[in-house]
Amino acid sequence: MDYAIDIRDLTVAYREKPVLWDVDLQVPPGVLIAIVGPNGAGKTSLIKSSLGLIKPAAGSVLIHGRPYSEQRSTVAYVPQRGSVDWDFPTNVLDVVTMGLYGRLGWFKRPGKSERIEALKSLAQVGMEEYATRQISQLSGGQQQRVFLARALVQDANVYFMDEPFQGVDATTERAIVELLQNLRKQGKTVAVVHHDLQTVPEYFDHVMLLNVRRIASGPVEEVFTEDNLRTTYGGRVAFVSALSAARKQ
Amino acid sequence: MSASLEIQLIAVVVAVTCALPGVFLVLQRMSMMSDAISHAILPGIVIAFFITGNLSSPWIILGAAAGGLLTVALVEVLRKTGLLKEDAAIGIVFPALFSVGVILIAQYAGDVHLDIDAVLLGELAFAPFDRITMGGMDLGPRALLVMGVILVVNVVFISVFFKELKLISFDRALAGALGFAPALLHYVLMGLVSVTAVGAFDAVGSILVVALMVAPPASAYLLTDGLKPMIVVSVVIGAVSAVAGYWVAHWLDASIAGAMASMSGVLFLSILILAPHRGLWSVQKRRSNQALLFGRKMLVIHLYNHEGLPEAQHECRMDHLEDHLRWDHAFASRAIRSSLQNDYILQQGPHLSLTETGRKYARSSLVEL
Ligand SMILES: Nc1ncnc2c1ncn2[C@@H]1O[C@H](COP(=O)(O)OP(=O)(O)O)[C@@H](O)[C@H]1O
Ligand SMILES: [Mg+2]
Repeated sequence: MDYAIDIRDLTVAYREKPVLWDVDLQVPPGVLIAIVGPNGAGKTSLIKSSLGLIKPAAGSVLIHGRPYSEQRSTVAYVPQRGSVDWDFPTNVLDVVTMGLYGRLGWFKRPGKSERIEALKSLAQVGMEEYATRQISQLSGGQQQRVFLARALVQDANVYFMDEPFQGVDATTERAIVELLQNLRKQGKTVAVVHHDLQTVPEYFDHVMLLNVRRIASGPVEEVFTEDNLRTTYGGRVAFVSALSAARKQ
Repeated sequence: MSASLEIQLIAVVVAVTCALPGVFLVLQRMSMMSDAISHAILPGIVIAFFITGNLSSPWIILGAAAGGLLTVALVEVLRKTGLLKEDAAIGIVFPALFSVGVILIAQYAGDVHLDIDAVLLGELAFAPFDRITMGGMDLGPRALLVMGVILVVNVVFISVFFKELKLISFDRALAGALGFAPALLHYVLMGLVSVTAVGAFDAVGSILVVALMVAPPASAYLLTDGLKPMIVVSVVIGAVSAVAGYWVAHWLDASIAGAMASMSGVLFLSILILAPHRGLWSVQKRRSNQALLFGRKMLVIHLYNHEGLPEAQHECRMDHLEDHLRWDHAFASRAIRSSLQNDYILQQGPHLSLTETGRKYARSSLVEL
């Protein structure tokens, strides 16, 4: 079977400390998958090693059957919002245009057609009137939408998003979820690091539970169980049972 | 060309050449790196000098560049251990390399030109006397030619890789994911910082190199909203510091390099205070305007709430506001004056009352709350 994301035996360590241990993940195409796990579970490391940004100690990652280096143009990445300096002297349109740098390749500068594309994807996230705004003047939710627009403009097949809901208000969260579900309807695969366990069943169709090891992954109704959550989140049982009580309602 | 003009020209070229890579150091929060590199190139220079026995050979520049890259590599190694942050790693690497350079000089070259004072401060005043001639023809001061070549290299590199440098400076992870080899570009950029430092170092000494790489870009950062304007403004501020430094030194009969460094610092301080939007003064003013706006709102809402009630006579007296709203006298007077100017209130003796505009403003402010 052709998996959109096919991770096998992935082990990642910073110095000797393994942060991902023998992780497997197979995601079929056209799936919206949540990656959940406590802080420090290795979610960001999983995404970064899938994108060749961290060299794994062992294991392999294939995107639609080929290594990432051959699939760059079909993969988009939304880093954690806090990973960049929002005081950088640039404006919104410019940041979104960066999504097209990969397609432009070395040396070639973005021109008018790139700016038009960038404006279109800004419109998709409802931010076209912010195009010339200095990025330091954006709220957290706006920053997140700019990052999303930057990924959309890449017109990829596979999207990796690291905490796209972090610091976002409820209205923006709905709008983002709708965008993600639209991507899935177009047959794209979207993997999203997500923190709010309550909304997993509502937003996503697959889920991966991760805590250094892969606890479980698959369709939400099969693997998003109290047992699996307990294994993933360890001691914080009270929190997990409160959650499952909430789900039963 | 007169010596005075030549010195100023050299100073400007040095300043501009330093400002260009400096922009990226400041944006990547690696200002310390300029300090590190400008010191750590010393052992590279000394070793190249031992090998060639000549201070003006191109090998000196290569040796220095190697010293700079060694710094970057060692910092990277230390940082990757996860034990140290980047600035701490820099703080360990450069004194180590610099002291190796100093020890080498002290041990083996005690009596050659490589003395520490010259290394730290340089002497621009003598630059016009060290000239390059070819076939009996005078080509100009060596410092000017060397820095001119380095300037061209910097301009070409930054123009050609503008998009890539912007991307790695803003979002290194995306740069990596898109296949732009951020680590490689980083080393090339640091290589240029090293070459720039050694070229400038010979003319103006290492303290000025640090000042000129960091202060003009940091000033420009406060004044501009885009990367291109930031580069242009850095270059202009660098050049202004150079010329102003020259004349201050001339006037005070002081070291030109020292005066240039001071001028770049003075400019930075003035801009830090006075820059529109991001300067300390305008930030302070914005805060105080916000406080005043809030004061007006409180005042009209207070008057609105008590309007027409029996206690209004008493509640709406000026002196009472200070008690009731817990405002100090100065702020209360400012809020009242500003509300009068905005036509929100009327004043009859000590009594305040709302105008129709003021009533509307109070109602709309209440809705906002
Ligand atoms: N560059 C790094 N060097 C050393 N340790 C790191 C580095 N990046 C992450 N870690 C550690 O690896 C673990 C997993 O981190 P991460 O993948 O960011 O987790 P998550 O995204 O799930 O919160 C954490 O314990 C973190 O401290
Ligand atoms: Mg993370």
